[in-house]
Amino acid sequence: MCWRGLWCGWLNNASALNLGRDVVCYASTHVAIAVSLPMSTNTTTRIVGAPVPRKEGAGKLLGRALYVDDIERKDMWHGATVRSSIPRGFIRSIEFDRRIDWSQYAVVTAADIPGENHIQLIVADQPCLADGVVNHCDEAILLLAHPDRHKLREAVEAVRVEYDPLPPIFTIEESERQDQTVWGRDNLFKSFLLETGDVDSVWKSAAHIVEGEYRTGAQEHLYIENNGVIAEWSPESGVTIWGSLQCPYYVHKTLIKIFDLPEERVRVVQTETGGAFGGKEDYPSMLASHAALLAMKSGHPIKMVYDRMEDLAATTKRHPSRTRHRTALDKDGKLLAMEIDLATDGGAYATLSSTVLSRATLHAAGPYSCPNVRIRSKSWATNKVPYGAFRGFGAPQAIFALERHMDEIATALGIDPVELRRRNFLHDGDTTATEQVMREPVIMDRLLDRVLHESGYYARRTRFARENPSGTVKRGIGIAAFYHGSGFTGSGERILNSLAGVDVTPEGKVRVLVSNTEFGQGTNTVLTQIAAEAIGIDYDDVTMAAADTGMVPNSGPTVASRTVMVVGRLIERAGLQLLAMLREHAALGTRFTRNEFFSACERYRAAKGEVVSLVRYEAPPGIFWDDEKYHGEAYPSYAWSIHVAQVAVDMVTLSAEVEEFWAVQEVGCVLNPVLATGQIEGGVAQGIGYALYEKVLLQNGHMANNQMTNYIIPTAEDVPPIHVYFEEIPFRYGGYGAKGIGELPHDGPAPAIVNAIKDATGISFHAIPLLPEDLLTELGVRQTAEESATL
Amino acid sequence: MSAPWPIIRFTVNSESCAVQVPPMKRLLDVLREDLHLTGTKEGCGEGECGSCSVRMNGELVNSCLVPVLQAEGADIQTVEGLALNGKLHPLQQAFLDCGGAQCGICTPGMLMAAAQLIERHPHPSMAQIREGLAGNLCRCTGFMRIFESVLAATTQTAESVPAKALNAR
Repeated sequence: MCWRGLWCGWLNNASALNLGRDVVCYASTHVAIAVSLPMSTNTTTRIVGAPVPRKEGAGKLLGRALYVDDIERKDMWHGATVRSSIPRGFIRSIEFDRRIDWSQYAVVTAADIPGENHIQLIVADQPCLADGVVNHCDEAILLLAHPDRHKLREAVEAVRVEYDPLPPIFTIEESERQDQTVWGRDNLFKSFLLETGDVDSVWKSAAHIVEGEYRTGAQEHLYIENNGVIAEWSPESGVTIWGSLQCPYYVHKTLIKIFDLPEERVRVVQTETGGAFGGKEDYPSMLASHAALLAMKSGHPIKMVYDRMEDLAATTKRHPSRTRHRTALDKDGKLLAMEIDLATDGGAYATLSSTVLSRATLHAAGPYSCPNVRIRSKSWATNKVPYGAFRGFGAPQAIFALERHMDEIATALGIDPVELRRRNFLHDGDTTATEQVMREPVIMDRLLDRVLHESGYYARRTRFARENPSGTVKRGIGIAAFYHGSGFTGSGERILNSLAGVDVTPEGKVRVLVSNTEFGQGTNTVLTQIAAEAIGIDYDDVTMAAADTGMVPNSGPTVASRTVMVVGRLIERAGLQLLAMLREHAALGTRFTRNEFFSACERYRAAKGEVVSLVRYEAPPGIFWDDEKYHGEAYPSYAWSIHVAQVAVDMVTLSAEVEEFWAVQEVGCVLNPVLATGQIEGGVAQGIGYALYEKVLLQNGHMANNQMTNYIIPTAEDVPPIHVYFEEIPFRYGGYGAKGIGELPHDGPAPAIVNAIKDATGISFHAIPLLPEDLLTELGVRQTAEESATL
Repeated sequence: MSAPWPIIRFTVNSESCAVQVPPMKRLLDVLREDLHLTGTKEGCGEGECGSCSVRMNGELVNSCLVPVLQAEGADIQTVEGLALNGKLHPLQQAFLDCGGAQCGICTPGMLMAAAQLIERHPHPSMAQIREGLAGNLCRCTGFMRIFESVLAATTQTAESVPAKALNAR
């Protein structure tokens, strides 16, 4: 229900799309979208909320969009990487096979780095090129370049690296015990302690105490376009990068240090990017540094595009986790105390592990009200490729544990799992584990009613309970409830201090000026919708400036579900500010035609110069965060969601299949229903893979299944019908009422699915991924026990 | 260095082509490097992802698995050959309207698979759509918008699609 602000009126009148008062029910309506929408906001029609076509869509559909591998530069060479074959040790020697004419190659080692040999992220501990020591398999040691890319594979194999190996560690437990100290003094990248109330006072008097341990595995992003960049170097202009990447200014920050250059002599340009999901947040800083070093050494532009095996083996993945819950409840199933111990495996270098851990910590207690909470969390070093950002950023791990645990509690107490959740949901005015008061509406009850109704939850459960005993295929239905904090955690957005805006070109286009990038999620479309809406011009009159650090201000990274909410708000303000400028200095009327607008822009240009309107981030009022105590407003807003999964487990083949899926969510206002629905469906599919298909197999720290042949993701045959429903409550500090959406849908599928498997089989699984062999382990044990009992 | 490579002739998007390249060079690389048709993408290089799908003599093939030698005399269609006279192919229009493309990297291959599908099944069922697109991986969309795009392109508009079509397995 859009109860705040008039602009949602458009949604309420959009009967053609059935964007009704309460919901946007897009997926199940099968409506063909009319492309030709009336789009002048000088009428009452709104652009935000409309399913305008993807801004760069035609180029992608015609095969004309230029991804990095589609681009050639004059006299360009190709680069390749020599990587460590062992997980930990000293580099004793590097030898070059004499059968290769090395004079035709450019060779780069750590000694060639003019500045600091570190990737700049949170802690500068990760070398750009290993210097004497390696800490994980596939760590970059040496770089090669040659004019013919087909000559590089043989050359890489002709570089022989000899090591003095050191004993590696691969698990959280080995790292905790300090079997080897592989990072810092104690292997610990980061720890948090979050405490509210008095957990210890509760255990003695609680009616119930339920404990459980839950684990999640690594997950590969599997963007279909591998990591890739092109680099150029010259003594005059410094370094220029074109690449498949999420965060141009992250790459910029690293290159400045690697090359010891002033800011203005490093330029980073994003090319069309074929998927990212967090996997192109930090790794491109490494790859861009490599290509730029080769460009400097060879004197040629360098293209480095990984093939799939290299990308899978050497780049980041989702952090594996282990979470222990101890929960006290009263006799009615009300939460009294939650003690949560969460650990992640960070891999060999710190990269983003501390911030991933932070988000995991802040999502560990879920959308529930509990007076006494203690969360201890730790991220540990191991000798594996560093884990990194992946959609959800720690939340899917924490939410898997909690939402599985809620079902275990329900079983232990003999309460319906739906009812247990309902009794404990947060409501308006309640406080979270960080004692953040929920000042915006919280509608978990309404979301729950909606998803139960849409899925026919109870009718299905009853039917499956009746049918299961007689069949070899057993069906079940499972639920998961969760929130996802939008934007950077705590004081993060204040520190980012983003700058964004719009300008008007002499050719008569309004351009959105941001460093935020499009990689499929819809940045281009939604930000231009917002600009058009704010200014009151057509969608087609607005374009995106290239995500080029030489052209656009730093509006922060494209991560953390922040683009539409935070940057969208900046663009909304910049558009309104532009109108005010034009009214004050160029006599723009209150109402205007398209021609009047652009004429006013030209008058402004003649009088004042460039027509540009920039605005800086302003935190919503009343936001306070204490980084020391981990206390206060963890996020400016939360998106809320409940997922329901129907699963069939074939007891003969031991495969589990998701048959149908329902996702209900409140993400503030939906600015483009087609794109928003696509975000939810795509996130759910990725979450299904996380639960049932995707297993990263390591052998001595090297990914053994680093191919699409044996790292399996859901296909068109595997993804079930996904029903998507939005309830809308405008968030007043988000771009046209929006909150974050991108990460939310990855949080719920795994626990909903594993809860459904429990409903189907009666067996509780505590770890994902859950492939047939994992089901076999558990079911085999069960069957053996049953057979013994009958003998 | 060695003898000149044989000339291999074939047709791409109704235009005759002749290339003189190593005969085992992948069709994918010939299209991208020699003919500068970069619409066809590489995702895995081993025939799993379908991003490099093109149509060859009316069949859908992974161009990363086809040595160009095999294309001698063949009639090849790539994504660049879908739109006619500056007008989007109905599939392209439907993908644009229905959100069938997100990051766009799987899209050229997905469109070729969809084109193959609707040539075989002008009004495909949901099961036929799922099967027809099963060799093409998309990591962004979760496939729902793609299925809807194919349905829309085959003129099964909202009114004519059976209510449960999208939900049928």
